[in-house]
Amino acid sequence: MGLKVSKSRKIFNVFNYSFVGILSLTMVLPIIHILAKSFSSSSAVAEGKVIFWPVEFDLINYQYVFQDASIWRAFGITVLITVVGTLINLIATASLAYPLSRPEYKGRRIILLGVIFTMIFSAPLIPTYLVIKQLGMIDSLWALLIPNAISAFNFIVMRSFFQQIPASLIDAARIDGCNELGILTRIVLPYSKPVMATMTIFYGVYHWNSYQNALYFLNDPRLYPLQVKLREMIQSDDLSIDVETTISTEFMNSTEGIQMATIIIAIVPILLLYPLLQKHFVKGVMLGSLKE
Amino acid sequence: MNPLPTETVAKVNTKKRKNWAHIKKYKALYLMSIPGILYFFIFKYVPMAGSIIAFQDYNIFAGFIDSSWVGFKHFIAMFDNPDIFNIIRNTFIISFYDIIFNFPASIILALLLNELRVVLYKRIIQTVVYMPHFLSWVIISGLFMTILSPSNGIVNNLIESLGFNPIYFFGSEEYTRPILIGSGIWQSIGWGTIIYLAALSGINPELYEAAKVDGANRWQQTIKITLPSLLPTITILFLLQIGQFLDFGFERVYTFLNPLNGGTGHIIDTYIYEVGLQNAQYSLTTAMGLFKSLIGLFLLFIANFLSRKATGNSLY
Repeated sequence: MGLKVSKSRKIFNVFNYSFVGILSLTMVLPIIHILAKSFSSSSAVAEGKVIFWPVEFDLINYQYVFQDASIWRAFGITVLITVVGTLINLIATASLAYPLSRPEYKGRRIILLGVIFTMIFSAPLIPTYLVIKQLGMIDSLWALLIPNAISAFNFIVMRSFFQQIPASLIDAARIDGCNELGILTRIVLPYSKPVMATMTIFYGVYHWNSYQNALYFLNDPRLYPLQVKLREMIQSDDLSIDVETTISTEFMNSTEGIQMATIIIAIVPILLLYPLLQKHFVKGVMLGSLKE
Repeated sequence: MNPLPTETVAKVNTKKRKNWAHIKKYKALYLMSIPGILYFFIFKYVPMAGSIIAFQDYNIFAGFIDSSWVGFKHFIAMFDNPDIFNIIRNTFIISFYDIIFNFPASIILALLLNELRVVLYKRIIQTVVYMPHFLSWVIISGLFMTILSPSNGIVNNLIESLGFNPIYFFGSEEYTRPILIGSGIWQSIGWGTIIYLAALSGINPELYEAAKVDGANRWQQTIKITLPSLLPTITILFLLQIGQFLDFGFERVYTFLNPLNGGTGHIIDTYIYEVGLQNAQYSLTTAMGLFKSLIGLFLLFIANFLSRKATGNSLY
């Protein structure tokens, strides 16, 4: 009996180890494939010779991308909105989460419910657009920064973290004559480094990847962030439609290499930071799953 | 109204004064919270109230107040127009498939990851499967288009080398939904395991010991101990998912659509953007958005009620 069980266990283990292995390969290999294509010559890409290793190694795709002022511009705007936007997010979220984490704040329950309600019943697009338009933010980068200043989810995570800070610590600071702003900046925030790091990741990745708000609120191509620019590049030469177009395949596929290079440039910052991020984001998700 | 007895008035006044003194004492806390409260008011609650334009023929010059009221005209138009009806149907079908395939995927993966005993291997796999969550939908769609390209995509190269005809994945409507659901699983399966894995590690090992003594094999242990222990987590996450039932995500769909595959792929969110925002059909698309939100809310109430009856777990 014991032998039989361990045999089926062995079969399961072989299946299990290979299945999760193959699954994670499906996540790594496409990126390696794109990387290989971005470093290959146009003709090798066109003939479908490139799989996981560059064929006829060539830097021409990257040269093209680095020469294209509009890509640089989009890159710069993405860096700008990621840095400024994340800063605004952190300040706005903390300055609402801290007061609402204090028992001295009367009426916090109703405000909290008001925030949670926005998670279930989200603000509709068209009226939101009209409000942003009324505020004169259309075609300005403010439209990417202010209307998403606080994520309700992140707010709840941060607030529940602040709540765990011992009240005695805050009382002691008050007795020492520290004002509320001082308590927040000198005691609460240093104590909350883990949650602030997680929030930085969540907000930072959000801004780096943000696409739809720019699409909704910006008409001026000079303000487009990298994701919108990238989408335009992919769309203008949709790889799926190329069989039906009459443009020569060589031209089509030379742009494919450029797209791949741009995708790589858009991924690299996240992949470089990924090992650092990983330490924090699991904790962040766990914090978020705590119920009020 | 009857005049209040003097004592009550006095009580109310002292209470008021006390409250005022309290607010004054902690005014920094209240001041600090004002920008955040204003943010939620202006960008979340004003637009919610702005949904009333669904019942108007909204005129951008007249504004919310002076636009003419038309009752349910736009809601009726929604179901009368076969194109819009098709969009609504798409949204339901895609959301339904997403719940059926995507939601259980993370649970299954978490159970499988939990059985890995080689710690280093487990850690590597986890690192890798979380990663797609951090890629944008623009990049993910670009990646899928590259791999599935009919002329030199790696998948079609494989299909051809096996002697079949290449498949034009992004050019035909029949593949739109499998691609949307598949890419969704690819992106979120690993991320979804985080909470389940934590719940799994919280299960009391003595339960398994006891089951082993009783002669239960691994499969029986999974059915009798692991799944029941996960049930509260699964229920809560499922309810949250139901609440977002039709909020499929604009980017997640829009980045995959092109003129050839949109027929089965366009959802309410992409329609609102293209027709509402770009063609200024404000009232009609707001009606669609409102319809979508109400369905989501309704399903959440139903699911919450059923879950409370069946498992004792509920969101509220």
